[in-house]
Amino acid sequence: MLFGLCAVAGVIVVLTLVDVVYQLASNGSEAINRFGLGFLIHTAWKPGFNTEGAGALIYGTAFSSLIALVLAAPLGIAIGLYLSMMAPRRVRAVVGPLVEMLAAVPSIIYGFWGLVVLVPFVDHLEPGLHSALGFIPLFGQPTTTGISLLSAGIVLAVMVLPIISALSRDLFLTVPRELKEGAEALGATRWEVIRGIVLPSTASGVGAAVVLGLGRALGEAIAVSFVIGDVSAIHGSVFQPASTAAERIANQFQGPVNALHLSAMFYVGLVLVAIGMLTSIAARMIAGRFDVQRTIGTIY
Amino acid sequence: MTAASETLLGTARPFDPTAPLSASGNLRRRAVVDRVVQFVSSTAAVCAVAVLVIVVYGVLVRGAAALNLGFVFENPTGLDTGGIANALLGTLEIVAIGAVIALPLGVLTGLYLTEFAGARSQTGRVLTLALDMMQGLPTIVVGLFVYGLLVIPMKRETGVAGAIALAIVMLPLMARASQEVLLLVPGTLREAADALGVARWRAVLTVILPSAMGGIVTGAILAIARAAGETAPLLICDSIYNYNATSLNPFRGVPNVPMLIYTSYDLPLPQAVVRAWGAALVLMIFILLANIGARVLLARSRAKMGP
Amino acid sequence: MSVEDRTAGAPDAPLPAGRVRIRTEPSLPAITAQAVNGRSAHETREAVFDIRDLAAYYGANCALAGTTLRIYRNLVTAVIGPSGCGKSTFIRSLNRMNDAIPGFRVTGQIQYHGHDVYGSRANRVEVRRRIGMVFQKPNPFPKSIFDNVAWAPRNLGMKRRLADRVEQALIQAALWDEVKDRLHDSALGLSGGQQQRLCIARAIAVEPDVLLLDEPASALDPVSTASIEDLMHNLKHRFTIVIVTHNMQQAARVADRTAFFSLDTAGPERFGTLVEYGDTETIFRGASDSRTRDYVAGRFG
Repeated sequence: MLFGLCAVAGVIVVLTLVDVVYQLASNGSEAINRFGLGFLIHTAWKPGFNTEGAGALIYGTAFSSLIALVLAAPLGIAIGLYLSMMAPRRVRAVVGPLVEMLAAVPSIIYGFWGLVVLVPFVDHLEPGLHSALGFIPLFGQPTTTGISLLSAGIVLAVMVLPIISALSRDLFLTVPRELKEGAEALGATRWEVIRGIVLPSTASGVGAAVVLGLGRALGEAIAVSFVIGDVSAIHGSVFQPASTAAERIANQFQGPVNALHLSAMFYVGLVLVAIGMLTSIAARMIAGRFDVQRTIGTIY
Repeated sequence: MTAASETLLGTARPFDPTAPLSASGNLRRRAVVDRVVQFVSSTAAVCAVAVLVIVVYGVLVRGAAALNLGFVFENPTGLDTGGIANALLGTLEIVAIGAVIALPLGVLTGLYLTEFAGARSQTGRVLTLALDMMQGLPTIVVGLFVYGLLVIPMKRETGVAGAIALAIVMLPLMARASQEVLLLVPGTLREAADALGVARWRAVLTVILPSAMGGIVTGAILAIARAAGETAPLLICDSIYNYNATSLNPFRGVPNVPMLIYTSYDLPLPQAVVRAWGAALVLMIFILLANIGARVLLARSRAKMGP
Repeated sequence: MSVEDRTAGAPDAPLPAGRVRIRTEPSLPAITAQAVNGRSAHETREAVFDIRDLAAYYGANCALAGTTLRIYRNLVTAVIGPSGCGKSTFIRSLNRMNDAIPGFRVTGQIQYHGHDVYGSRANRVEVRRRIGMVFQKPNPFPKSIFDNVAWAPRNLGMKRRLADRVEQALIQAALWDEVKDRLHDSALGLSGGQQQRLCIARAIAVEPDVLLLDEPASALDPVSTASIEDLMHNLKHRFTIVIVTHNMQQAARVADRTAFFSLDTAGPERFGTLVEYGDTETIFRGASDSRTRDYVAGRFG
């Protein structure tokens, strides 16, 4: 009896997942039939003109998430190291939960905060960065708003930082004490223990943690929609506004101009599902013996 | 360093054992690297905490202007006046419906993985992967799914659609949290029950679930806190309702806090923005308190279960 | 080179060019203890550790109290006693291995060649570089056999002729013949006894002054145990060795000096303390303390 209930619950989970794909595909069928796989490449998104392409969205999604990872991965791993290897016990007991608390703040508050606090700050920051690093195309001419890929990347970085730092902290704590002591007894400094023993023996888990953070960044809609501008354009500069797949749906879902427009958004959703599932599988494959996804439930 | 000083197990040693124990050889340089790493890491942690403080403080100062008892307990009197009681009650309702669906399903799934299938069996692996994928679904996509599943057939956005979307957000969190804590239940408890000839289901209900209850409740609180602030699915499934709607009929649009924040901000009314911040503050306080409470509970139940 | 090796007998032959000195001759001069004027000959040696009134605490709990002894150069000093008597705490205090344990502190003094190990100017990493340690449970790194041995020398900048250094360390640890054809295989594929010898090789590869062995053979089979005991006879001519063991026969076989620790009580407190310390023969044949006699006779512990 209980076994039956449990089995039914499991079946519901799997069926839901299958139905997600089905619903998105069937509601997106008009766009899928019309645009085919070219949808993924074409960059023009002109709802009134029956022209929808997700190329710019995918570009913006990848770019903003990449910025987020470039910022959050080293920072998160450093925090994980600090909390697991360096911080005194009392500091760890306070700072650890505070960092995890960053994951509890809802995305709408990050979006709001991003627009009111971060965007003006980035606006101030951009001219300086441009004049210092402008020779790199990445730091091109800034716009006058601060609404940009960079702002989106920073907001996403804040959102994935707690995931990467908490997961990597937990991974570093799994390194057996005997190994760390063995290294210390050979006259190694703490950094040498980290670089030589701790990081190599947890590398796959840390990689998976970063991929999980990436998955979160790729799918974030609300927070990004406040700070990126929802502009279908491909720019090399992080100071330019752009758009992402999830954010585009959030921004335009309430007022589709026609059925094809709505259908195209379902198609974008299907692309997001594929991306999400791929990151889940990738994280699992990279993680190897570490079950990082099991511990994520307690953080986020 | 001379050649002789590098001799292994010859007469010479690479250092003079009678020298003072301060850093010698290349250790001075290595110690500097070590200190730099320590500095960078602790600075990173300080940065993360600082971001949290900045975000919380930003919401606090802006939201405090709107906050008073009437704001929480009264219904709106206009687009930018009155309280947000209807949205609070609506969020409560949606999250409650979602939790009623997701929490039992989540616990049952966790039980299935730990007590019946085993995470290593074929079905266990499929289910685990499905849970991972469900957790990895962007929440906006969850909204799209429920839109196709319910909103299109019912021809309207409804509270129940929003609730089911939130249930899908909560389900994998709940299942994983249950699985995690059920794995901590000592195997000896199960063996003892088996040895007594107690049926598995009876053992689960009378022994295993009760001893895992602390962790399960913690997981439930965290899942509810996560769902309460979730905006994207509601934007798709439960965003059409009158600002002053007070009906909580779940088969109509139900007012809710995330959408109140989201839509107020677009209004060209300065007071509406203040209200949005006020609502954000109420939401954030609830979520942070729930998280702190869950942590305290977890620490207690861990202490009770022992290492 | 300020300290001459006073015990190894014949001076070393000049080094063949380009080779690391290999030392394999088993015919080492015996180290014997003949009483001189009522004092053990061992006590005329240079003291590596001069420990005065050492006590160690974990938080409020006293684990070890009132320990005063000298550990002499190029001898094997065994630390024996019943479980919980603070032997592990003692040996781990010598190279500050317990520093990372929250609440741990020591009082009294550990002088190493006249320098306070816990002094304000002592660098913990430097201490461990000079005073190496091998643990109860073999703990090879999840790296290749070669990298296990080469890792610490690389850190320390001993990069010249690294392969020779690794080979020498493995030879000295009596492991070379077994692993020379698979140096780049994972160390985790070795047997327990091989892993422990690898850990010894790893420790001696950086040529420390002292080797601390914390029950190195307790997790091993008798054959591996015997090979590690043999090793110690050879290694003591190069290193000062302190070994913790719960196996009295092992102490009798390998040690020149033996320290017997036991549990002492003061009111409700139970803590380890040094009962008797002397030449191994004396401890095992003519101990002056009745507790020592009872313990070595197997009457408790």
